[in-house]
Amino acid sequence: MADGRVVGIDLGTTNSLVAYMQGDAPVVIPGVDGSNLVPSVVALDPLPADGGRPTVTVGNSARRALIETPERVIYSVKRLMGRGLEEVQTELRLFPFRLADDVEAGEVPRIQLGELRFTPPEISAYILRQLKRNAERFFGAPVTQAVITVPAYFNDAQRQATKDAGRMAGLEVLRLVNEPTAAALAYGLDRAKEGTIAVYDLGGGTFDISILKLRDGIFEVQSTNGDTHLGGDDIDNLLLTIALDEIHAEHGVDLRTHPSAVQAVRKAAIEAKIRLSTEPSAHFDIELPNGDRYQREIPREVFEQLIEPVLARTIGPCKQALIDAGITPEQIDEVVMVGGSTRIPAVRKLVDDLFHLAGRGKKPHIELNPDEVVALGAAVQADILAGASKTTEELLLLDVTPLSLGIEALGGVVAKIITRNSTIPASATEHFTTGVDGQTNVAIHVVQGERELASDCRSLARFDLKGIPPMTAGLPRIEVKFLIDADGILQVSAREQRSGKAAQIEVKPTYGLTDEQVETMILDSFDHAEEDFAKRQLIEARNEAESILSKVEQARTSPAWGQLRGEEIAAIDAARDRLAAAKTGEDLAVLREATLAMDRSTQRLAELMMDSAVSTAMQGKTMAAAGDDLEDNVTAPHPMAPAEFK
Amino acid sequence: MLKVLDSAVPVACWSCSVAHNDATLFCPHCSKIQPPPGGDYFSVFELLPKLNLDLGMLEHQFHKLSRKLHPDRFARAQDNEKQWSLADTALLNDAYRTLKDPIHRTEYLLKLHGAEIGEEHAGKGRIDPSRVPADLLEEVFDLNMQLEEMRAARKVGETDAELQTSLEQAKRKFDGLMDDVDQELRAQWTAWDEGDAAARSAAQSTMVALLDRRRYLNNLVRDVTETLGAN
Repeated sequence: MADGRVVGIDLGTTNSLVAYMQGDAPVVIPGVDGSNLVPSVVALDPLPADGGRPTVTVGNSARRALIETPERVIYSVKRLMGRGLEEVQTELRLFPFRLADDVEAGEVPRIQLGELRFTPPEISAYILRQLKRNAERFFGAPVTQAVITVPAYFNDAQRQATKDAGRMAGLEVLRLVNEPTAAALAYGLDRAKEGTIAVYDLGGGTFDISILKLRDGIFEVQSTNGDTHLGGDDIDNLLLTIALDEIHAEHGVDLRTHPSAVQAVRKAAIEAKIRLSTEPSAHFDIELPNGDRYQREIPREVFEQLIEPVLARTIGPCKQALIDAGITPEQIDEVVMVGGSTRIPAVRKLVDDLFHLAGRGKKPHIELNPDEVVALGAAVQADILAGASKTTEELLLLDVTPLSLGIEALGGVVAKIITRNSTIPASATEHFTTGVDGQTNVAIHVVQGERELASDCRSLARFDLKGIPPMTAGLPRIEVKFLIDADGILQVSAREQRSGKAAQIEVKPTYGLTDEQVETMILDSFDHAEEDFAKRQLIEARNEAESILSKVEQARTSPAWGQLRGEEIAAIDAARDRLAAAKTGEDLAVLREATLAMDRSTQRLAELMMDSAVSTAMQGKTMAAAGDDLEDNVTAPHPMAPAEFK
Repeated sequence: MLKVLDSAVPVACWSCSVAHNDATLFCPHCSKIQPPPGGDYFSVFELLPKLNLDLGMLEHQFHKLSRKLHPDRFARAQDNEKQWSLADTALLNDAYRTLKDPIHRTEYLLKLHGAEIGEEHAGKGRIDPSRVPADLLEEVFDLNMQLEEMRAARKVGETDAELQTSLEQAKRKFDGLMDDVDQELRAQWTAWDEGDAAARSAAQSTMVALLDRRRYLNNLVRDVTETLGAN
């Protein structure tokens, strides 16, 4: 298992992807429906009447449920990861989700989905599990290790929540990689590039800017900045708000009380936004519940004026990143564009102005699909970690921590111990003592952020140093080592120096799940992962065999059958009997071999059917492939493609 | 962290048991990664402790060691090696961050040699009147008055263009003074690196005083920048 494949995962606000290194190039692994993007949408199916286990669907099928049963569907859950109750409440004003009503302050918020409640990491775990399954189906082997990307500006709690989600999905997260850094890796792979590059990453829900120096295969991040609450969602919400207000004013219908109608308008808003990247104007046409129609034309100029304040919010972080890197815009050699929102022409223009590109005869890089580039980079990093490839052995990422780490000192001010943009892993050692005779505990409050007062920064955790030997006040000398690891997550250890005793540390994360809680949320029992996988493979192979057998039976009545020679029919019958027998057995290898034999024996039949089939131009396909093409044009990258994943 | 250790303390390699001195990141015998070594930041890079440092060499060594030590290289190693890779790389990064910055490098090396250099304190009381350099006393007094006025004006939503210009001028002036300090510091580096004991000791006291003055100026500039920037 230790040398199994490591996949790269982009767990996005809007879409998620899984990729791997195929030879010396990263490739996205498509899902069952042939699509590279798995929408980050999770739906809870109606509970089984017999009280069986609830099923959860992910991706396109879940997205379809969004209009019909919005109360059973959640999307953009990334915005809720690692966030406290209050923050989530502000967030939820724009989204149609309900918090479970029994959540107490200090707990990880849970979202009500139909009859059940889920924490944000659990929802993310369902998405990760779907990606894991897509990869397993693609490789025909279990996948247990992954690199997952996170926005560079994610704080400690958001990173920890992402790692927790991986664990719940049965994935060992070998590394969290910052999304812009991953994108740089995807761009820098094939060329031995040198120079300074900026990565402008405007995704569905987050904005990051990172400045990197490339030299000898080392990608050294100089500075990073961003906003974890800024992205395409904000643009959708602007359009949505206008539409809802106008519908209310013109037609007297307040759709805000109809969740499914809001979803229909949101869908129209997103479509309009996408059209406006290529068309001079877009048209809204929505049927209202009372039978009226809401129609509206949005010219691109109006759209650009509307989104200008959203886009302008990316300027500040870019300027700060340049200052922190100690360079001017002219010193940026290349700009890489990442995230679906960078397709908007106004965004490209803003980046052009910001880095003075056109004046220097340069253009931002858009060669790689902005939706896929992060996943591709994650696959490169996965290959680096797997450590067995010539392509990536010379590459190394040196990333930074986006936020300063500090300790609350006397008077509520923050004493910074690790400044932002320090290369990680980074550490700091601090000494603490007691203020009262005989004191055996010292409490330390760790915060993340740039503000001067602890109350303005984000509380990360409270550490309680315990078991200090009772001494005169001021005499104990407790050495606390703070270490930010390569994932950007804080680790703490402490020692009382006079007694030499390792002090006990009790950590109370301000936002986050405890280890025990994560353990209870693991989706599939970890111990049974291998066994489950084998079982699932067998079931899928049986489904596949069943489908081929039924297609063969159907083919008997087709004109093509009449053109077969006697020995060909005999061969098909023999293969059919063999497959039917193998289907009832438990041996996956035998079943696969019998399926392949069935396929081979029907090769000419498939060709004959193709020739007579109406409009398909496919040649030399086997029965299974021909059948698929004839039915619903599903692209199946693996001959054992199972019917549907749940 | 700030100890000059005798780097000849022998320890046995955890993997091959052959003894080596504890200033090494890798066992000279079996090449396995070792727990964080003693010794100072300069010895991490195998560089001589000097203030005039070859920054190109420093970066080269940093990249070379990063390639060997980084946790990415130990993603599938056993747990103890993973832990040491993490700790060693943290040490490497901390050392690089300190040494590549001229001011941090100077403070670090002088502290190693027993100099007392005031710690940076965040928060209130940053401008401690008792520590105002004598030649700046009058200007700092005026500046503080202006800063107070500016903040008061801001509170009631007024802008005072004259005050703004005057503060911007002050900022430029103090920026210039900082540059002067930096040049004076650099001028002492060679004396410290190459002089005899007496010259080194003189250079050290001069630099400690310069660093104090610099920290003071830095806090002033930060206050002015913050007040100006709070538009």
